[in-house]
Amino acid sequence: MKNRRPLSLRVPAPETRPGDEPDFSGVPLSGAGEVARPAIDVRPRDISELSYALIRVLDDEGRALGSWNPKLDPAVMKHGLKSMLVTRAYDDRMYRAQRQGKTSFYMKSTGEEAVSVGAAAVLERDDMCFPSYRQQGLLISRGYPLKTMMCQVYSNAEDPLKGRQLPIMYSSKEFGFFTISGNLGTQFPQAVGWAMASAYKGDDRIAASWVGEGTTAEGDFHHACNFASVYRAPVILNVVNNQWAISSYQGIAGGDEATFASRAIGYGLPGLRVDGNDFLAVYAVTQWAAERARANLGATLIEHYTFRAEGHSTSDDPNRYRPADAWKSWPLGDPIARLKKHLIAIKAWSEAEHEAAEKDAVEQVRAANKEAEAAGTLGTHPPSVKTMFEDVFKEMPWHIRRQRQEAGV
Amino acid sequence: MPAMNMIQALNSALDVMLTKDPNVLTFGEDVGFFGGVFRVTDGLQKKHGLTRCFDTPIGEAGIVAVAIGMGAYGLRPVVEIQFADYIYPAYDQLVSEAARLRYRSAGDFTAPMTVRTPYGGGIFGGQTHSQSPEALFTHVAGLKTVVPSTPYDAKGLLIAAIEDDDPVIFLEPKRIYNGPFDGYHDRPVQPWAKHPASEVPEGHYTVPLGKAAVLREGNDLTVLAYGTMVHVALASAHDAGIDAEVIDLRTLVPVDIEAIVASVEKTGRCVILHEATRTSGYGAELVALVQEHCFHHLEAPIERVAGWDTPYPHAFEWDYFPGPKRVIEAMRRAMEA
Ligand SMILES: Cc1ncc(C[n+]2csc(CCOP(=O)(O)OP(=O)(O)O)c2C)c(N)n1
Repeated sequence: MKNRRPLSLRVPAPETRPGDEPDFSGVPLSGAGEVARPAIDVRPRDISELSYALIRVLDDEGRALGSWNPKLDPAVMKHGLKSMLVTRAYDDRMYRAQRQGKTSFYMKSTGEEAVSVGAAAVLERDDMCFPSYRQQGLLISRGYPLKTMMCQVYSNAEDPLKGRQLPIMYSSKEFGFFTISGNLGTQFPQAVGWAMASAYKGDDRIAASWVGEGTTAEGDFHHACNFASVYRAPVILNVVNNQWAISSYQGIAGGDEATFASRAIGYGLPGLRVDGNDFLAVYAVTQWAAERARANLGATLIEHYTFRAEGHSTSDDPNRYRPADAWKSWPLGDPIARLKKHLIAIKAWSEAEHEAAEKDAVEQVRAANKEAEAAGTLGTHPPSVKTMFEDVFKEMPWHIRRQRQEAGV
Repeated sequence: MPAMNMIQALNSALDVMLTKDPNVLTFGEDVGFFGGVFRVTDGLQKKHGLTRCFDTPIGEAGIVAVAIGMGAYGLRPVVEIQFADYIYPAYDQLVSEAARLRYRSAGDFTAPMTVRTPYGGGIFGGQTHSQSPEALFTHVAGLKTVVPSTPYDAKGLLIAAIEDDDPVIFLEPKRIYNGPFDGYHDRPVQPWAKHPASEVPEGHYTVPLGKAAVLREGNDLTVLAYGTMVHVALASAHDAGIDAEVIDLRTLVPVDIEAIVASVEKTGRCVILHEATRTSGYGAELVALVQEHCFHHLEAPIERVAGWDTPYPHAFEWDYFPGPKRVIEAMRRAMEA
């Protein structure tokens, strides 16, 4: 009893902070093509090592290697590349719009575009996506009008959500994009429920959801995994490990102790860990998970290993909590540059075409923004105030009607 | 005495308590190295060490539950929920656990913890960064609920909350972190430095829980308010040219019933303000209290000005926020009745 040593409280901290050189020596780098692709009907417990490996297809020379290579038609890859370019240009433009006071808030997905664009290339249009706020690439690859997205960001009279939501909290049932919540993680178990409903109805649609690695700490992450496992729900559960949750590095979410993909093991789900900056690898694992779900074999948890290139949102300065320009030394590179290199390597693309595609992306965004701004920016041409009182309930009860009268609208 | 804004005053309260009491520690999302998204814990990790001020996983239920466990051990944790809008995952831990440890164990276990959280509108935060959920806590037996409206009070009340042996929900009106806001959104923002209540002593002092403050004396009408609405009340009383008495409740539970009764007995008229939605809001409790205690002194129906019964919409910040126009109208109705 007396000889027992005093305990001490452990609080994790990242290796590097502002002023330090970024150090990514701990980043797991299995070589492209090294990890074998199992059959979709594999027993999850037999592939638990995939939760610690890193599935990669593209190597540094832009070659596509190994059994995970989805062997895509170049047209699919080009659509992916262009969608990523538009997403990046869109993010840049909207970020600037916030800085110019045209809206209150914005969040970019720079550096992690392949996560959403890659998945969008696999999922069917009538599958339902339950995104977090960083999957604008889903809408963009599905051809949702940029102008409409911008009108949402500007909360103007043409905003389909009537100015009710914070910028970037899009919603479109038609485009299979579930209304985004500001409350982290709530969508994860909801996606499971949607998938269970599809199974209950005997339909063939599947659901997919995304959370950041930070959000895996919420109870809803557990509910999603557990229900998905128990009911073998046809759902793809994606964890976007972009290393940072606002100012907290992934170790604060428990990532130093075990990978986020390995959370799957305890639930009896397959847990795949993929290079999230490798469009082909993201495509391949999503396709694997989708095939599995459609074969009634249940859910898959996928950890997308990537990096948040910029600040969390327009409200923070990342240089206050991590080394400056950290993204530049991220060993898994830039998803756009990597897919471009591959397309050029297989002679399906050229520098000139890329330059033209970049210009075209910027031009599409510019043209859409011109129209969106003409419809109003935040506060200049809002939706009718009357609408503020609508949709609380299907039918407006007396007390809200009275309040609307009191407001004089 | 240094001039402090509310953020600095709260920071100072935490600093004083971390220095004074080794059982005090503070944690929450982005609270440690970064110092909180509103910077309330800025510099505290550096000064007091990693184990006294640290980041947590993004799990509000976990944050509160861990604080309960620590409180049961004998610590005095002060946790931050990044926005009041994100406190709901912790609701079960607060309602069923923190609020009841003392009662169900007959005083054997207690949870002397403080839950700080920024709340309220006026910042274009949309429906998930603007809510005022105080009534969800005032309704719970066993939780104290505190809302400061100035830097001086913020520091004194936070220290009192930390030293209190019961769980305290400490709601910080984020719109007035950097300066008082009277609801006239088209006028230039004022810094706290020009306000007398920005003079904040550097050391330890308390503002007692359960005590309201009369911020403006008057004879014709009593205004009951808290948080940002206190400043709206003061400006509205001035602009309406009404001899109104403005009471800043500061603590909602236990509320200072004596201050309320003394004022309403004098004025005979009462207007109640809050940002939160009207139906079942804390104002309903205040109406009931005034009616029960002051019925024979009332000369007019009690007025309530509150947020509309809708979620807080992004585009309609100023149509939603119960600003001076609506407050003055209510004051006039109370005077004319
Ligand atoms: C329930 C809840 N708690 C806290 C927040 C505040 N918040 C917004 S984003 C964020 C960080 C999320 O990080 P992560 O899940 O890793 O996603 P990322 O932003 O990196 O994409 C926090 C703490 C919130 N929106 N909801």
